[in-house]
Amino acid sequence: MHTFEFERATDSAAAVAIAAHAKTAQQGADVRFVAGGTTLLDLMKLNVETPVRVIDINHLPLDRIEATPDGGLKIGATVRNSDLAHHPTVKRDYAVLSQAILSGASAQLRNMATTAGNLVQRTRCVYFRDTAMPCNKREPGTGCPAITGANRMLAILGTSEHCIATNPSDMCVAMAALEATIHVQGPNGARAIPIGDFHLLPGSTPDRETVLEPGDLITHVTLPPPVAGSRQVYLKLRDRASYEFALASAAVVLTVADGKVTRARIALGGVGTKPWRSREAEAALVGQPINQTSFRNAAEAALRDAKPQSENAFKIELAKRCLTHALQIATA
Amino acid sequence: MQATDVPLDKTINLTVNGARQAITVDVRTSLLDLLRERLQLTGTKKGCDHGQCGACTVHVNGRRVNSCLSLAVMHDGDEITTIEGLGTPDNLHPMQAAFFACDGYQCGYCTSGQIMSAVALLKEPCGADDADVKELMSGNICRCGAYANIVAAIQQVRKNT
Repeated sequence: MHTFEFERATDSAAAVAIAAHAKTAQQGADVRFVAGGTTLLDLMKLNVETPVRVIDINHLPLDRIEATPDGGLKIGATVRNSDLAHHPTVKRDYAVLSQAILSGASAQLRNMATTAGNLVQRTRCVYFRDTAMPCNKREPGTGCPAITGANRMLAILGTSEHCIATNPSDMCVAMAALEATIHVQGPNGARAIPIGDFHLLPGSTPDRETVLEPGDLITHVTLPPPVAGSRQVYLKLRDRASYEFALASAAVVLTVADGKVTRARIALGGVGTKPWRSREAEAALVGQPINQTSFRNAAEAALRDAKPQSENAFKIELAKRCLTHALQIATA
Repeated sequence: MQATDVPLDKTINLTVNGARQAITVDVRTSLLDLLRERLQLTGTKKGCDHGQCGACTVHVNGRRVNSCLSLAVMHDGDEITTIEGLGTPDNLHPMQAAFFACDGYQCGYCTSGQIMSAVALLKEPCGADDADVKELMSGNICRCGAYANIVAAIQQVRKNT
């Protein structure tokens, strides 16, 4: 591991001012904020992340969960994933978020990992993690060996000829279905970013994963007021029963009246290059009766543009069944 | 900004198994390496060094974490508990005694991480069933496959407390 300057931030403005001098906030960033460290330290040991300055934000006052004036929820950047998952308001009103977080990682990692860190966690594509291999995300222009290589775990939605890496987060999938907003403090002030606009598709610049710029510090996430009577499910399918990334997952927030779907928010995980909100599936469901045909139609709509790689065509049917089953559980 | 290969040191104060100490460390030192290489607390094991196996599990301020994925310098002011701080050969922690009674290990390499994890689990929301215990212990890998007896040991302690 290359060495770096380490400092503990005592106020957000100072942390932003230091990081504003970085050349990028994306892959190759020379300044990194650290909170849990579960992604950053992992990648620094592999020399995939090589910051020369690391700013510890754990002592900034960003660790609270509180109600917002409009009846929603404000979640601080450094709230630990375990605290978020077990928070009584989250369990009651945003159950899909609690379920998603508890389906990811291990109890130890959830005690460390934070809201903001989870938002920017990196892909587990094996080529990205191995500096001996080419990777357009890690070293732009070097190529993507995953496209002809080990791609069983990789994406089928949102891919490009330059990158097919999966976004690994469960939390972000639930937040996409809950229409979360990400709040950032930057060198030019504060701004709010809908989660759907926060992550970028790889396109020809897979090294750029989010809209964050140098100095941008995620301060908190807000959730809109809970939808009364909504039924929420996060279903995750994986190679082993626990402590594994998704092959496919589905976050479902449904409202049903008189046997018909009146409102649907749907996002998929494990299959997209970003947390995959499916407005196609939502449109296919609204107004439809709650039955297997409607659910399957929604799943077909969600995966219509899926593009299989050499080893992961199975994910298309798996994701369809995952969403169909999640809808069944939500309406049972 | 330019990378430098000059080691940068920092002095931190932390409490390990009840003893407060000041120690100067290279900023790159993981909490795990601090414990093992500087404080000679070698009960905590290094397995994968990437947060995938759980052998390095310790308690920070009462909560279980993977010490390999944390920088020592992030723990200025923290309270760390390792397997050495849990019990003594003459006065085992109930979880250590249960692992012994239930034969919850074979080679023993993962055992201190398993026990630190299991002790933390007692204070966490966890259902009554074996399946609930398995889910919350999934971050601790046992290559010998002593899982059945590990779950039995944890359930024995839970039933007796």
